[in-house]
Amino acid sequence: MAIIETKLNPHSPHFAENVKANEVFLSDMSVLAAKISLGGREASRARHVSRGKLLPRDRIAGLLDVGSPFLEIGLFAAHNVYETDLPAAGVIAGIGCVEGRDCMILCNDATVKGGTYYPLTVKKHLRAQEIAEENNLPCIYLVDSGGANLPNQDEVFADKNHFGRIFYNQARMSAKGITQIAVVMGSCTAGGAYVPAMSDQTIIVRDQGTIFLAGPPLVKEATGEVIDAETLGGGDTHTRLSGVADYLAEDDKHALALARQCVHNLGRGKTSVPVGGELPKLDPEELLGIVPADPKTPFDIREIIARIIDNSDFEEFKARFGTTLVCGFAKIDGIQVGILANNGVLFSESSQKGAHFIQLCCQRKIPLLFLQNITGFMVGSKYEAGGIAKDGAKLVAAVSCADVPKVTVVVGGSYGAGNYGMCGRAYSPRFMWMWPNAKISVMGGEQAAGVMATVTRAAIEAKGGTFSGDDEVKLKQPILDQFEEQSQPLYASARLWDDGIIDPRKTRDVVALSLRAALNAPVKDTQFSVFRM
Amino acid sequence: MFDKILIANRGEIACRIIKTAQKMGVKTVAVYSEADVNSMHSLNADEAVLIGPAPSEKSYLKGERIIQVALDTGAQAIHPGYGFLSENPDFVEQVEAAGLVFIGPSASSIRKMGLKDQAKRLMQDADVPVVPGYHGDDQDEKFLASEADKIGYPVLIKARAGGGGKGMRLVEQATDFKTALASAQREGQASFGDPHVLIEKYITSPRHIEVQVFGDTHGNVVHLYERDCSLQRRHQKVIEEAPAPDMSKDVRAAMTNAAIEAAKKIDYQGAGTIEFIVDGSGSLRADGFWFMEMNTRLQVEHPVTEAVTGVDLVEWQLRIASGELLPMSQEEIPLNGHAFEARIYAEDPQEDFKPSPGTLETVRFAKGCRIDTGVKTGDTVSPFYDPMIAKITSHGANRNTALSQLVVGLDHTFCTGIKNNIGFLSKLAQDDDFVKGDFDTGLIARKQENLTKVQSLDPFDIMAAFLVLNPVDFMAPRLGWGLWEQVTQSLNMLYNGMELDGSIRFDGANNATLIVKDLQTTFSNISNTSDLVTAHNGSKKQTAMVSNKKVVAHVKSSTDQYSFECIDPFSSGDAHAQNSSQIISPMTGVVTVVHVTAGMKVEKGAPLFAVEAMKMEHVVVADQDGVIDTVLCTASDAVDQGQLLVQFVDGDT
Repeated sequence: MAIIETKLNPHSPHFAENVKANEVFLSDMSVLAAKISLGGREASRARHVSRGKLLPRDRIAGLLDVGSPFLEIGLFAAHNVYETDLPAAGVIAGIGCVEGRDCMILCNDATVKGGTYYPLTVKKHLRAQEIAEENNLPCIYLVDSGGANLPNQDEVFADKNHFGRIFYNQARMSAKGITQIAVVMGSCTAGGAYVPAMSDQTIIVRDQGTIFLAGPPLVKEATGEVIDAETLGGGDTHTRLSGVADYLAEDDKHALALARQCVHNLGRGKTSVPVGGELPKLDPEELLGIVPADPKTPFDIREIIARIIDNSDFEEFKARFGTTLVCGFAKIDGIQVGILANNGVLFSESSQKGAHFIQLCCQRKIPLLFLQNITGFMVGSKYEAGGIAKDGAKLVAAVSCADVPKVTVVVGGSYGAGNYGMCGRAYSPRFMWMWPNAKISVMGGEQAAGVMATVTRAAIEAKGGTFSGDDEVKLKQPILDQFEEQSQPLYASARLWDDGIIDPRKTRDVVALSLRAALNAPVKDTQFSVFRM
Repeated sequence: MFDKILIANRGEIACRIIKTAQKMGVKTVAVYSEADVNSMHSLNADEAVLIGPAPSEKSYLKGERIIQVALDTGAQAIHPGYGFLSENPDFVEQVEAAGLVFIGPSASSIRKMGLKDQAKRLMQDADVPVVPGYHGDDQDEKFLASEADKIGYPVLIKARAGGGGKGMRLVEQATDFKTALASAQREGQASFGDPHVLIEKYITSPRHIEVQVFGDTHGNVVHLYERDCSLQRRHQKVIEEAPAPDMSKDVRAAMTNAAIEAAKKIDYQGAGTIEFIVDGSGSLRADGFWFMEMNTRLQVEHPVTEAVTGVDLVEWQLRIASGELLPMSQEEIPLNGHAFEARIYAEDPQEDFKPSPGTLETVRFAKGCRIDTGVKTGDTVSPFYDPMIAKITSHGANRNTALSQLVVGLDHTFCTGIKNNIGFLSKLAQDDDFVKGDFDTGLIARKQENLTKVQSLDPFDIMAAFLVLNPVDFMAPRLGWGLWEQVTQSLNMLYNGMELDGSIRFDGANNATLIVKDLQTTFSNISNTSDLVTAHNGSKKQTAMVSNKKVVAHVKSSTDQYSFECIDPFSSGDAHAQNSSQIISPMTGVVTVVHVTAGMKVEKGAPLFAVEAMKMEHVVVADQDGVIDTVLCTASDAVDQGQLLVQFVDGDT
């Protein structure tokens, strides 16, 4: 037993100040989350309900086992990205339990632009499929979508990771035995028709779901045939004549029950990860009081670890060496994890230690949790000469190759190569989450502006010109503004650089659910690359 | 004392008798019908013998067969319980002729009390007051008026041939007599062709008070005080108590003396009850009670007497029948505190107490009250017999305490699978007038609408029902967890056949919020087992008894019990719609008559068939004009509720 001892004083003014700052971040996010969760405009929702359809979140709740958690991904996707509002990018995605099995649920929101696919809708759909594929989660598509958003066709249709990839993924997942179930609860037109058609089992709602390559107007245009939507591609047609769908449902609830029945009949056994572990000894509520209001002020990352892990019990690895990277073993919700957490800038020793620790965990098939608060690797002649680049590369290589489930949570800064060494998005963590106070960019705004100023000054002065203090301010300000805006977690989350922004106090739950989802797939052997020694 | 007795009865009373016999070391033989195989009374007895098919006339009323069983099993005596053969003097004689002892009065005592008119005359002779009246042939107006004066106003003039209130006049004062008489005679003539009337005293606010008596074979008679049985529904006692409220020493002395005189007059042996009608319009008076009839057997409501006297009446019956002296003298019989008994029936108070036979899916009785029952979970309340499920008896130091205990007992008794009157009884026991002791035999009829009105649903009942139908594990981490907001789940339940518009959200750590019609209720400390759901609603702790029958949740957190049904998404709308070309049995029972045959043309409202259960007949009529296609039942068929009995030709309905 190595219970982490806290040095945090929840009665100190410093703590109160931190809480105050973090609560502002949190409440902004919470208000936004509630707004996005409503879906489209009130009029659209009312129209949707008046047609006897359940709202998307009610569809999901009706599909889930009663009491199942729902680990939503990409809630903030498309926020402030397009000129039009596109809550959750028009598609809700997340992991929940259906008939005792973790499933990936993808639910179009027809109250948001008719459920049409914007570029970020496609990206979110593909991300959800990626999660399903990596973690062996059956996919249930609750389809109610007008298909590709035509004005944005150049960004959704032709490229590798565009619309077509959805069906490619369906086929590839089905081939791997990852069940694909579609419930057609609204339109499925043109390309969208392939979602049900490519599924293993498909349910369609009578007088409500339609599947066709071309709708009645286009049919009339093309062949002169005049036909109504229900006859052309309704539930009766597809379950009785075409065989495009397998089950005819009377309404949304019936359709969801049929989908549950399909999951019930999956032959595959349920996952049996032991449920629950001891709660942390230290109160997770205090997580809001740890990260300082000023991101430059250092804090001990162990205070965060202690409030996430079971019983606050942490077996630290190599505690006396490379101290800016804290490594160690713990359990979260009963699941053993190896934790790598930043406690300052990465030095050669910290990087070596990190790579070593990752090797340990991979050999033992222990999932990895990265807690990012990193400004980057140490710079300067001493460190370059000391081989910081090759030591950093060892860490990046280890992170890249590690084939155990990896979960990343950004609790503070995520800058430069530090993001890479600590398993940023490019390193395929199974899940990546951010705290509302987090910052993410290639480097800090001030450093970026400073670098630009220095480079510009050198260029101007080389040509014999002058670069005044005023000039410098003028040059720096837009760079500072740009970095400030783009390093915000919402900016990142809107673009799906992560899977979502989370309430810090729920970190343990989020990590636990992420790990549980991940353990639906067997943990693979890791093959490491050549390490530059 | 006997070594072995036979109990010629079933249900709770048979079980009740077995209990005392066992306590006394007397072996018991039960008899049972085909409907009572595995019934509690046949299981509890030392021996049990099948005596015939379900209908009582083929089993429990077959005296000869029962006597033969007694002889075969070596029983020395027969206890008749109540009902069935208990007041049949011929049976008593047959028992005695077979050399057995009948545990009850002699055949002659029963005969004397059996004919009501004769019994009244006998009582008049013994100076027991009877309801004054003139039943004679003299129809002279002046003579009748003088009889009315003698009787004392108010009086009731009744057409001799009358019925249904026709030819009946209430006369408050002498000056109105002449007109009322003429009118009653006219109506009697017009309706029945007979102007003959009789005159009786009209008792305003009548109460029914009865005195328990006991006589031994040595000529001793004692009383065990009175019981008030005024709470009646169609002459059926519902709640009884002892002693009677507002009973003074003088009145009690007058009534018990009269009762003892009555018993002595017929040389009564064993347990008996003298029923009096009592003027309850003011305080009880020593001249305000009149003999109605005597029940020459143990009464259903005997437990209240046992509670206040501490006497085991069945034990006394056995002792006396075996020739012993009365175990106590009058002075030795105590009267302690107050007791109530409520009769729990399988009936539907919302459907005018229509019997509701069927299978008891769950029966759970309250602790702390005496329970007399002959059924347990899984047993059937058969349409062939009395639909009583149990009697619940409370005993306290005073009336208020005993009554509160009765209410608690009723509210903690839970019974599903059949409709029952527990909620009605609880409301009755909490009725303001009844609590004050201000009541008469008309109370239930006057207040029936309120007493049978189901209270509006408490949000807690809804939450409890949801947890029954969706038994979530509150120990599981992250129940209904969401990233920013908890998952809100639609209730997906039907109540009274209608979808409940609402949702529920688990809020972590045994908390949940129920949203019904925009009303939010937050519950904390929720605990749910298969029997009970408890939770705090603010500072109020609520507990519901629950049970789950596949897709139906039965929930009771206070007086009323509610049933909810899980919405089955697989049942399409069509399955629910009644096909009116198919006529089903409205209840489980026996078809008494079939009025139609195949091919017959019937008009709307025409009777199709009748089903009887528990002595209540339900006539099913055509709801539209049509032609009968098939008749699927014949008279005396036993049928289930919902069973298809008549099929109309499709399209003709």
